[in-house]
Amino acid sequence: MTELVSTATRPGRSATSEMVRRLPEFLMIWVPLLLSAAHLISFSIWTIWISFTPSTLVPVTGWVGLRNYNSVLASRNWQIAFDNLLLFGIAFVLLSLTTGLLLAILLDQRIRGENVLRTIFLYPLAVSFVVTGTVWSWLLNPGIGIEKLAHDLGWTSFHFDWLVNRDMAIWTIVIAAIWQSSGFAMALFLAGLRSVDSDIIKAAQIDGAGPVRTYWRVILPTLWPITVTVVVVQLQFAISAFDLVRALTNGGPGIATQLPALVVYDLMFQRSQLGRGAAAAVLMLLILLAVLLPYAAWRYVRQRRAAHA
Amino acid sequence: MAALSIRALSKRYANLEVLKGIDLDIESGEFTVLVGPSGCGKSTLLNIVAGLDRASDGTIEIGGRVVNDVPPKDRDIAMVFQSYALYPSMTVRQNITFGMECRGVAKAEQEKALANVARLLQIEPLLGRKPSQLSGGQRQRVAMGRALVRDPLLFLFDEPLSNLDAKLRVEMRMEIKRLHQRIGATIVYVTHDQIEAMTMATRIAVMHRGVVQQFADPDTVYRYPANLFVARFMGSPPMNTMPARLEADGGGAVAVIGAGRPDEVRLHLQGYEAAASYIGREVVLGIRPECVAEGDRVFSGAAGPPVIVTAPVELVEPTGAETIVLLRLGGEPAQARISPDIRPAPGATFSFALDIRRICLFDPETERLIA
Repeated sequence: MTELVSTATRPGRSATSEMVRRLPEFLMIWVPLLLSAAHLISFSIWTIWISFTPSTLVPVTGWVGLRNYNSVLASRNWQIAFDNLLLFGIAFVLLSLTTGLLLAILLDQRIRGENVLRTIFLYPLAVSFVVTGTVWSWLLNPGIGIEKLAHDLGWTSFHFDWLVNRDMAIWTIVIAAIWQSSGFAMALFLAGLRSVDSDIIKAAQIDGAGPVRTYWRVILPTLWPITVTVVVVQLQFAISAFDLVRALTNGGPGIATQLPALVVYDLMFQRSQLGRGAAAAVLMLLILLAVLLPYAAWRYVRQRRAAHA
Repeated sequence: MAALSIRALSKRYANLEVLKGIDLDIESGEFTVLVGPSGCGKSTLLNIVAGLDRASDGTIEIGGRVVNDVPPKDRDIAMVFQSYALYPSMTVRQNITFGMECRGVAKAEQEKALANVARLLQIEPLLGRKPSQLSGGQRQRVAMGRALVRDPLLFLFDEPLSNLDAKLRVEMRMEIKRLHQRIGATIVYVTHDQIEAMTMATRIAVMHRGVVQQFADPDTVYRYPANLFVARFMGSPPMNTMPARLEADGGGAVAVIGAGRPDEVRLHLQGYEAAASYIGREVVLGIRPECVAEGDRVFSGAAGPPVIVTAPVELVEPTGAETIVLLRLGGEPAQARISPDIRPAPGATFSFALDIRRICLFDPETERLIA
């Protein structure tokens, strides 16, 4: 009988000690998670609410319906920002994807010094966007950067003034953003290339496929799940791009390189139009959701299919 | 005509010699199995034949043509890989026709070849599927289809069955053998599984440490293993090998196991003239477990009654089809395969019949077969 009692109390004691043992885990995971979730959700809801109020310098209550949205959507500032976002988003994603893929394929040729090169290509990712923007603004500045260097070397006809050219300035942002993040695409693609079964490549060799055909028909098609991930991550960055543009062109010349995040900043903190700024922020959120929701659906379908297979 | 000739082939990686002077001649229509433990160099050899790896020395001829510097696609070979190596993004149909597409074969001809192979392997319903939608056995079939459609001079199989479960492996083993009988292809097949080698091969090359230990038909390899390694590698359970002393006895020889012990076993050997020079010396005696059976067993083709010995039983392993008994012959451990319904008690003694016509004698120094 005593035997029974002692065994019966044992689980209770160990359950308490188990909880004490796991307490740090709960504190480390749940507290920050709940805090950040509450933050994110409450401020999102607050921003959405503000976007329907006539707030200007300070938040006020009241209901103006879609007035803020209409005025933001009608403003030239937003229209240019949206067009720029389309151009920047597409060009940046496509170019960083191809650059990253090309670097990954070149690195995959069992070259010497691969580790060093990989680190070099990944390094820009460790630099803050503000630093990238500032450095590229110097490099691209015709008075002190690449153009000056070419002139000093004696190539006086060299002309590279994209940074101050209304039509081309957006491309300087594309260049800087690619420099910063194609290493990320490269790292993911390289991992994908390395995970391809070497027997498959041998089989293609025996089948008589040359290197181009092997990559195009056999290896690259296996990379498309990685491609989707890279596209979504890069699009997310493109849509919320702020620090890079602010440091590189600050939306200029004029408003030629305006992007949605800059519009929000401009409305909220420079023109003191909280309501309109909030409306622009909500519009940005909607654009983000337009990218993320299909991605989430795609991942869900894929997982279900994998679970069935 | 020799479909494949390998001459003095060696392969070195830095300071490691993986293949040491391989010589093999494989006739057209033969099913040759390269068998050996992992790391013996058999897969390296196959890769060199395929052109996926380069030899350090020696020549390879396929169909009478030296192919050392010929790329894999021009060697007129097809290969089936252990991982199947199907192209994951292509359908079964595309997997099979990809090689023809690379070689620029006309569409109509591709279709005809595809239809033939699909019918032969019964994979017609699978043509539209992706490899991820196939079972292991179906993938295996598609991989074979991809090889067959090429109709090459030489088929190379790299452990094609080791990823399948035991039941499917036996089925596919039979199917590959049947396929070989039907189309008469020349096959070089690599495996670490000696049963696959025994069941499928017309000739077996047993490899160990980068050297071909023996290259002969399965019966010869099993009955007359060239050395102790082959004797212990082929067969499951493997051949019993134990030290013995060879003594003269009138005209013949007597092998004595555990000489001087009270339970020494004396076996009168007939027809072992080649061992005459070893009389009075130590040898290694090999006897297959199936040549050690229960006392009343009559061995097929035996002229007289078998030799009966009484020996202590240490362990009994019933497998269902037979009972494997671990016993002591003259103090040396040995395994016996006896009838399934007989279960000697461990620790007790039991009388065993020995089929001494099939004993092998090996030189203890060189480990080579004497007789």
